Amino acid sequence: MLALRVNGSHSINRLRSEMDRLFDSAFEGFPRLTRDAWFAPTFPAVNVWEDTDNVYAEAELPGLKLDDIELLVMGDELTIKGERKDVCEDEVSYHRKERGAGYFNRVFRLPVGVDAEKVEATLRDGVLTVTMPKADEAKPRKIEVKTLPR
Amino acid sequence: MTTMAIEKPAEREIARTEPTWNRPQFRPNVDILERPDELTVLADMPGTSAEDVNIQFENGTLTLQGKVKDREPQETGYLLQEYGVGDFHRTFQVSEIIDAARISAEYEDGVLILHLPKTEAVKPRKITVKTN
Repeated sequence: MLALRVNGSHSINRLRSEMDRLFDSAFEGFPRLTRDAWFAPTFPAVNVWEDTDNVYAEAELPGLKLDDIELLVMGDELTIKGERKDVCEDEVSYHRKERGAGYFNRVFRLPVGVDAEKVEATLRDGVLTVTMPKADEAKPRKIEVKTLPR
Repeated sequence: MTTMAIEKPAEREIARTEPTWNRPQFRPNVDILERPDELTVLADMPGTSAEDVNIQFENGTLTLQGKVKDREPQETGYLLQEYGVGDFHRTFQVSEIIDAARISAEYEDGVLILHLPKTEAVKPRKITVKTN
């Protein structure tokens, strides 16, 4: 399980955390995936996985450009923060407003230390993918078992 | 001996469309703004592309669909999973004040922007009277 360090206390999450309290009791016992992203603890919803060489983090950040996002990697901590701006026009009235806007800031403690120098991130069609190569000390070492001659 | 046909009476069912897809379908979050000359719909649909988006307008019903390529890790499981990856689908009833022929759309940075222009008021037509 991944430790989530900072969650949910920013302007973009106000409505979400109120709805969370309301719906949490109703959804107790349901597997996590049947709740859609509306019930994610905060924005953005993030998926994290790893393979032998890298740790990957992926977030859905539609409507954001590279300049709106700040990514920080230090040791085993990944920080994703930024701001999603709203449409600011005078003669506009909303029929529906479901997309949130405001600041967001999430910090994750990764299972292993990563090499901050070699981290790569791409933002394409609203999907941010961060590839973090594991620090050399963290890569699993295969230990050869030798049999002793009788 | 006559066999009695036993049949359950047809149940009253609310007419609704039943989904038959085998991939998870998600309802994109949507902002609908009204501007003086058009309705603008902003739909969060990350992970698809301009070619994979399908917009249909028929009989006042607007349907948004987006096909998303699989990007889940196949071999290893997730360490943390907060959202699923799947196609997008949402349907709206649109009032008649929209000029269907002039609907346009863009897709940028994972957001589908739909422009639904309002119909212009019917302009008065000058009718010429022919004489024989």
